[in-house]
Amino acid sequence: MTTVLEGKNIVRDYHIGGGLFKGPRTVHAVKGVSFSVDKGKTLAIVGESGCGKSTLARIITLIDPATSGELFIDGKKVDIARDGLSREMRRKVQIVFQNPYGSLNPRQKIGDVLGEPLLINTDIPASERRDRAMAMLKKVGLGPEHYNRYPHMFSGGQRQRIAIARALMLNPSLLVLDEPVSALDLSVQAQVLNLLADLQDEFQLTYVFISHDLSVVRYIADDVMVMYFGEAVEYGPRDEVFSDPKHSYTKTLFAATPRADVASIKARLAKKKAA
Amino acid sequence: MPLLEIKNLTVSFDTAAGPFLAVRGIDLSIEPREVLAIVGESGSGKSVSMLAVMGLLPKTATVKADRMAFDGVDLLGLSPAARRRIVGKDISMIFQEPIASLNPCFTVGFQIEEVLRFHMGMDRAQRRARAIELMKLVGIPDPEARLSSFPHQMSGGQCQRVMIAIAIACNPKLLIADEPTTALDVTIQKQILDLLVSLQAKYGMGLIMITHNMGVVAETADRVIVQYKGRKMEEADVLSLFESPKSNYTRALLSALPENAVGDRLPTVSDMMFEPAPSASGGAA
Repeated sequence: MTTVLEGKNIVRDYHIGGGLFKGPRTVHAVKGVSFSVDKGKTLAIVGESGCGKSTLARIITLIDPATSGELFIDGKKVDIARDGLSREMRRKVQIVFQNPYGSLNPRQKIGDVLGEPLLINTDIPASERRDRAMAMLKKVGLGPEHYNRYPHMFSGGQRQRIAIARALMLNPSLLVLDEPVSALDLSVQAQVLNLLADLQDEFQLTYVFISHDLSVVRYIADDVMVMYFGEAVEYGPRDEVFSDPKHSYTKTLFAATPRADVASIKARLAKKKAA
Repeated sequence: MPLLEIKNLTVSFDTAAGPFLAVRGIDLSIEPREVLAIVGESGSGKSVSMLAVMGLLPKTATVKADRMAFDGVDLLGLSPAARRRIVGKDISMIFQEPIASLNPCFTVGFQIEEVLRFHMGMDRAQRRARAIELMKLVGIPDPEARLSSFPHQMSGGQCQRVMIAIAIACNPKLLIADEPTTALDVTIQKQILDLLVSLQAKYGMGLIMITHNMGVVAETADRVIVQYKGRKMEEADVLSLFESPKSNYTRALLSALPENAVGDRLPTVSDMMFEPAPSASGGAA
């Protein structure tokens, strides 16, 4: 099994310049996190807002350089602070954002949304870009009739499909999904999760799945990393983390997740009656 | 007598393409001291029907109902001024985005005291004392100092606590919470839900929870109404809803929960909506 993504001791600090009455200070957003993901697998990163999970996503997606630490993609060391970002690296890693209403240009037709990554990163002629965009639309469950429509004509779930299609246009090996279903309704969430699972099988994609919804993580992940104040407090195979959480924060997180099973409703109602 | 009784509520919006029916004949009633959850996806009309009760819909909306009575008073026949004296005092509402629903230009203390001034006619000292009491009640540490904070100086969870403080300031009989925890982290969600339920029990309020999260329903509700595209699909007490859902839609919603996944794929709502209901012995739980 080949390792697609590996991070060793990744650190990211943000320096905040001081104002008139404040000195400059440093925020340690990610404090030495290590991980590795094999081809075709899913690593889920869980944590509350401000724990550094999106910062880590930006580092993995090569948007932001890490302050220190080593990042390997397909076994090759990547350091965008020193070498910049090559076209090839840009193709390898793609990202899908949380809010499909904000991540699509409202004045760009869907066909152009999908063709743009090819236009920028490759020399493929226009007719073939069009064909590939049509094919990709079908893959994500939309049709050729959607090619000339604008984003406002689609529902949230359809937009998220478009965002996923755009990310896949360059045949990436690694897809970073930053809360891809948390803005969606339950039934649409199920459809998008199914789509992600199908695409992973078809293209042998590797996912880094960022979420705060533990039930989704339990469904989709192979490995789980729990982050808390910039540190990975728990990292391991899914079943191990869920059945035997070690860190107190992970336990708090599990305890806080609402339970929708009959036994816990009975327990709650009994407690209420007694009170 | 039910606290709030609605019969055959319809709400339509005038759009360029003609009227759009957002709520199509909903019946609803809630008793005092009851926790009712309204569940549904976006577009199911769950927020719109409650905004209609509050009278907060825009001018393009037409609200019709055979009966809409709060505590025996017919809301539809009231003058706007008389209605404003009820809304915010006896019925109050909490919204989804705590940071967006507070006014960024005023301190949270001012915003809590504003309600007290308008509805209770308290003087300055009484208002301040009550505001401090409310802040303590909703669990904001160091309330005296926090009264002069602005919303942007507080976290999302704390802003939601301030919203709850404003909502319960006049001891309402009915509290409507519209997706109160959707914008919050799970750990904070737990705290806010616990707070709402404990306040409901302490003051004997009726509580209507609008949510799309089945977990939130399971953790808080006594009785549940499931809505889909402006219609009521099912009404049941919380245990029987989860144990033996009657409508196909409820069954589909419950099986789309990732924790109920069997095998690799999640059943989606459209897969299940039009299948015949399994027989009683077939076991849909």
